[in-house]
Amino acid sequence: MAIKDITLGQYFPGDTFIHRLDPRIKIIFVILFIIALFLCQNVLTYAILAAILVAEILISKVGFKAVLRGMRPILLVVAITAVLNLFYTKGEGEPLLTLWKLEIYAEGVRSACYILVRIAMLIACTFLLTYTTSPMLLTDGIESLLSPLKKLKAPVHELAMMMAIALRFIPTLIEETDKIMSAQKARGAEFDTGSLLQKAKALIPLLIPLFVSSFRRANELAIAMECRCYHGGEGRTKMRQFRLRAADISVLLFGLVMVVGIGTLGHFGF
Amino acid sequence: MTDPIIKTEALSFSYEAYESHSGELVLRGLDLSIAQGDFVALLGHNGSGKSTLAKHMNAILLPTGGAVWVDGMQTADEDLLLDIRRTVGMVFQNPDNQIVYNVVEEDVAFAPENLGVPSEEIRARVDEALRQVGLYEYRKHAPHLLSGGQKQRLAIAGILAMRPRCLVLDEPTAMLDPIGRGEVLQTVTQLNQTAGVTVVLITHHMDEAALANRLIVMSKGQIALDGPPRAVFQHVEQLRALGLAVPETVALLWELRQSGYDVPLDAISTEECAAVIARLFANQSG
Repeated sequence: MAIKDITLGQYFPGDTFIHRLDPRIKIIFVILFIIALFLCQNVLTYAILAAILVAEILISKVGFKAVLRGMRPILLVVAITAVLNLFYTKGEGEPLLTLWKLEIYAEGVRSACYILVRIAMLIACTFLLTYTTSPMLLTDGIESLLSPLKKLKAPVHELAMMMAIALRFIPTLIEETDKIMSAQKARGAEFDTGSLLQKAKALIPLLIPLFVSSFRRANELAIAMECRCYHGGEGRTKMRQFRLRAADISVLLFGLVMVVGIGTLGHFGF
Repeated sequence: MTDPIIKTEALSFSYEAYESHSGELVLRGLDLSIAQGDFVALLGHNGSGKSTLAKHMNAILLPTGGAVWVDGMQTADEDLLLDIRRTVGMVFQNPDNQIVYNVVEEDVAFAPENLGVPSEEIRARVDEALRQVGLYEYRKHAPHLLSGGQKQRLAIAGILAMRPRCLVLDEPTAMLDPIGRGEVLQTVTQLNQTAGVTVVLITHHMDEAALANRLIVMSKGQIALDGPPRAVFQHVEQLRALGLAVPETVALLWELRQSGYDVPLDAISTEECAAVIARLFANQSG
């Protein structure tokens, strides 16, 4: 298997309603969804949010499988959090179960379930954002959303530029890593045998050439950028301009209604 | 006669001067003038100073002695920096290290965005530049999926979007396969002939140099030979002494001449050379 096969950026190209939304609106909606998640107090509110999430996944045509696959690496963290909640929540009345000094209360079980659902939905929602938005648009969206911070002298443009260049060079560097690995293997290097320490040591002849060449690349890129009149974010225009459409505004309003609604429902404890 | 697009006067340069040493001069008192619309090839052995000279043509490097003018603007004048760089665009050897964004059309838009061009006009410039290099169909692609020749043409498009009047290419074909080389050279020749862009092509390949109208051979930071390719290639011995090979056709004719045959040395293309040799045979038998 070549290293190249790893998918990065996790973008699933498509042309659905969600794909076409303004990236800024999508980012704001995800933030609103997360706020709503933390306002949830009971089964009803969770159910409403879950329904919204399922609808989003269906509309985006990304597929439940892809969303679940994205969650796999974080499963352990989620499990640990849930288990801790299970034991640390003290409830009134008799514990359901006592293991040595650990007691499990009914409230603990409920809170563990809630935390499990909450984190799962939080992850699914953010994954959906990266699945349906190309990295370029995402970067542009973040830059545009953070642009008010430029007034406070925050290096917003520089950060966005760094992100864009990093995204651009990931495939190039992966290709290069692959080449160096082959070259070192041809000289007798072994990358996947031996103890952990030996494996770590085997990475040195891989990493050093990679670093050296990255510095050279960075230098050449800097000169090439200067040749193309790059002089920071000042006075820069953009080819693609974000324009809010009716669909974007309705999604934004829907997000606001969602937060207020969930907050109210949670507060009154239905 | 219009003013030259690039003019140097007693240009000298030393890298060490950047660190306030008095080091060896890479360029030694170079006088050069490149006419608008010309196609100039710059040849020279490694270390002859040809890349250093190229970097002076759009103020990436500034002279330590003498001066450089781009379209009448002196490169040492910092206020004119952007105007100089949009007049003379530069393409380098490694296409991968010149591409900034991970969508083809976004990358071409990079230079006009830096220049503060309004967005509708950027769109028009990007489409035009991509058509000029024949990559319009690939505008939504990721650059790392393009071939070497396509990547280098993308790098050229990224410069063309500034609408430069002069294009300086520093060994643009050195990392490409023969097909990619052909693509890039065809694009460059076409730009020179149809769009009237002045081209300065730095190269190691004699057959690429033969495409130019004017050939400049550099040695030790100075101009050793200067003239139309046909005239320059006549100096076979001098070129060899500078560590440069002559085109195979010229080399063959030169060998014939050394053996006492009366053949001209300026038949550069294979067809011309074949014709000369055929005439030679006809004379021999007749």
